Amino acid sequence: MNQDRRIRVLVAKPGLDGHDRGAKVIARALRDSGMEVIYTGIRQTPEQIVDAALQEDVDALLLSILSGAHGFLFPRIMEILKEKGLGDILVLGGGIIPEDDVPELKKLGISEIFGPGMSSQTLINYIRENLSQG
Amino acid sequence: MELVDEVRKGSVRALAKLITFVENEMPGGVEAMEKIYPFTGNAYIIGITGPPGAGKSTLTDRITKELRSQNYTVGIIAIDPTSPFTGGALLGDRVRMQGVSSDDNVFIRSMATRGSLGGLSRATSDTVKILDAYGKDYIIVETVGVGQDEVDIVRTADVSILVVMPGGGDDIQAIKAGIMEIGDIFVVNKADRDGADRLVTEIKMMLGLSSTEREWTPPIIKTVATEDQGIGTLVEKIKEHREFLVKSGTLAYRRKERIRTEIIKIVEHEIYRYMDGLIAENKDLFEQRLESIINKKEDPYLLAKQVIEIIAKRISRNTSV
Amino acid sequence: MEEDIEKIREETKRWNRDCLGKHTFRKSETDWGLEIKPLYTVDDIRDINYLEEIGFPGEYPFTRAPHPSMYLGKLWTMRQYSGYGSAEETNKRYKYLLEQGQTGLSVAFDLPTQIGYDSDHPLSQGEVGKVGVAVDSLADMETIFNGLPLDKLSTSMTINAPAAILLAMYLAVAEKQRIATEKLNGTIQNDILKEYTVRGTYIFPVGPSLRLITDIFEYCSKHVPKWNTINVAGYHMREAGATAVQEIAFTFADAIEYVNAGIKAGLRVDDFAPRISWIFNTHNNFFEEVAKYRAARRLWAKIMKERFGASDPRSWMFRFHTQTAGSALTAQQPLNNVVRVAFQTLAAILGGAQSLASCSFDEALALPTEDSVRLSLRTQQIIAHEIGVTDTVDPMGGSFYIESLTRKMEEKIIDYINRIDELGGAAAAIEKGYIQQEIQESAYRYQKEVESGKKVVVGVNSYQVEEPLPKGLLKVDPKVGAIQIKKLKELKVARDNQKVESTLLALRKTAEGNTNLMPPILEAVKAYATLGEICGLLREVFGEYEGTSAI
Repeated sequence: MNQDRRIRVLVAKPGLDGHDRGAKVIARALRDSGMEVIYTGIRQTPEQIVDAALQEDVDALLLSILSGAHGFLFPRIMEILKEKGLGDILVLGGGIIPEDDVPELKKLGISEIFGPGMSSQTLINYIRENLSQG
Repeated sequence: MELVDEVRKGSVRALAKLITFVENEMPGGVEAMEKIYPFTGNAYIIGITGPPGAGKSTLTDRITKELRSQNYTVGIIAIDPTSPFTGGALLGDRVRMQGVSSDDNVFIRSMATRGSLGGLSRATSDTVKILDAYGKDYIIVETVGVGQDEVDIVRTADVSILVVMPGGGDDIQAIKAGIMEIGDIFVVNKADRDGADRLVTEIKMMLGLSSTEREWTPPIIKTVATEDQGIGTLVEKIKEHREFLVKSGTLAYRRKERIRTEIIKIVEHEIYRYMDGLIAENKDLFEQRLESIINKKEDPYLLAKQVIEIIAKRISRNTSV
Repeated sequence: MEEDIEKIREETKRWNRDCLGKHTFRKSETDWGLEIKPLYTVDDIRDINYLEEIGFPGEYPFTRAPHPSMYLGKLWTMRQYSGYGSAEETNKRYKYLLEQGQTGLSVAFDLPTQIGYDSDHPLSQGEVGKVGVAVDSLADMETIFNGLPLDKLSTSMTINAPAAILLAMYLAVAEKQRIATEKLNGTIQNDILKEYTVRGTYIFPVGPSLRLITDIFEYCSKHVPKWNTINVAGYHMREAGATAVQEIAFTFADAIEYVNAGIKAGLRVDDFAPRISWIFNTHNNFFEEVAKYRAARRLWAKIMKERFGASDPRSWMFRFHTQTAGSALTAQQPLNNVVRVAFQTLAAILGGAQSLASCSFDEALALPTEDSVRLSLRTQQIIAHEIGVTDTVDPMGGSFYIESLTRKMEEKIIDYINRIDELGGAAAAIEKGYIQQEIQESAYRYQKEVESGKKVVVGVNSYQVEEPLPKGLLKVDPKVGAIQIKKLKELKVARDNQKVESTLLALRKTAEGNTNLMPPILEAVKAYATLGEICGLLREVFGEYEGTSAI
């Protein structure tokens, strides 16, 4: 692999929830670890997020939701990703997501859900390991 | 190179992948660009630059909307700096392009400067060509006018737009610092703020002072991008300028100059890559020689000459650039 | 006395050198960079003029308390932030909380309501009833307050961009209950600037948003005089990562912008300033939180009196609601949050809160259950009645550390306000991204300190245990979205649609002109025009704010 290859990550806030402290802190932490991070801003529709992932050709997509709307929005995003042939992107979720919901979300193809209190290093390591395997 | 065929067939996925491919300088990237080249030359390239906070992204969004309303397809390259300390970058321009980000006929790509000498210009001009070959009518390259690379990129566009805003005392300084000459069109954005008219006057004065004889007098357009004000006029001016370029033969001349610059950039960048690799491979030796140069036991010219000789040998062994 | 202080200063130096100096000890500092001394003495408050700077409760500059008798006269309002799912469920939760001794209501709305979309809007999918109750029309509002006499309650509504519409619905419910609007008590948040910076539920651009706010000021000063027309919010900035100093400074900067807007709209400052209220965030650092509220009371009084020339003492008075810090709660070992909430609640009381919501221990995981919300209400009641902190006014006053910290925080807050003034005020500073940037810096610094272990968060970066999955969390009924959509359909058949159209037309005309928007909004609401219809119309006339949540 070329030494100039950089990991590109899209950090996205789907739905109407405006709480983006976590998303922004994570975006900065990933930047500081040497990744190229594209941030979408808040209040994004699933279609907008998938379009961004497609055009930016990202290696990983990070979705943050604190409003409880993940039950609708995550499946919708995964569906459109697959429709557009982006099933190979590493998709990760974060925010306030009850443990009970995690197995169902993983079945959709979301690789991991990171809850409150996770260190950014854990996430950085996870992305690096899972991308080098893929 | 299948990706190129897919791009020509209109695949957005392939388009995005091919950009990554050449941006990362993957083996085969040059071949891909060779294959792309014959299909280029149809798109019109708009360069937008200016100091941070002037509203370039919002302006790009609005120009794109206007062009879309006239049924043109648009590609956008939004460039943000790479952190020199970590090599990472935060690319946030899409946030201000919500108006067009979900339009299927608009393709937005965020790029980081990545810091390598000439690399940005090369990656950007390759991306422009790919978008051109894909079939975009207009390609907008948006970048903060800070570094030489960024200025070069805008300089090679068909039309260069310089965006400033009232109230940022640094703006005029930035213009004085040398990006003044490259502006074909000046935009005073956020023109609803105090000081807009004064800024227009200052720009006029500076244009008057500049020594170059101009066939085209750069217009100064006042806009409030967030309120959609002045955008129609700006797009008209872009087209007027295009007509001027075509009629006066300047467009052909500019494009020829662009290719000239590009060839030089490609060569520079390739040689730089050899040099970078060479120094990295011989780090310890290089440091030693550096010491003896500092201690006046050697001189820098000899070392440079030797480096060039080795690079020349390597290039001749490896003809495929 | 002067000689004593000189002696004490000498003695303090000696103690530092000869006594403390022989020991190793930890150095600490505040999040905003103030080095905290190992010991505070009378020397640290020697240049504070007691009469001018501290004074007496209920008198300018109100450092010690806004009211002379404070909790000896009246306890704070116990007002838990709640609301979820349907109007029926929310009504049930309110009745439960009032039975348990809560003394005020605080309505949480779902995100579509906060952003002015009806439950059947495509963007509402998945969001209906999730973070609060869904309100599509007056009919929902009637259900929420069914059996709750509005003249005997005070109600706070966390609503910003569409505040005028929800307030109108509340007034319409009062009319149906045959209660004069003059008797209504309560608050709407109505603070749009912090939506632009940290909370994100904005709709309209700055200009029309400020018009809606000043129209509410004007309307209420005439018709709903006891209503707090704005609840300037620092809470969410703190949640987004602001330090205690930034929280007060940025909130005051926003408030200054609103006061200026009111004056520019032709109102007299003393006609609306007494109805400005506040919501802040009471965080973990106990003494800092107490000092923060004392500094804020003093500084706001000075701002109103000196900067705006307000002459009514009620305009000077800083009365606040506070909620304990949601972001300080941990998902790990959630029961530990009971302790955090108790200390934060205590700090709020020692800081002199007028109204208080205590978070529930399970809130880092889900919306609180009946049991968990009762426990946090009980926390307030225990502090009110059992531990003696309400037996005298401002028991923390005079503490060397507290008074010194109060002064230092006040100075830092003033620095920030000056900086924002230089940038052209809060709206301009927001447009330049300054406030957002400052908050993000603090948030990132905090995260790095937690990750490096410099800041200990019990159960998160130290003292961890293996935990079983939490049980018994509240789940919002997934059917609530479908039920709301069905209700909307039925409403649109049952109502007088001609009347809806004519009231909406009248509203459009007013919006395009410049007279007060409240009366036509009230008429449209009474005709059962939906929130989405009203906001949709205003979106067409006013346009929409574009987010600039850049990093």
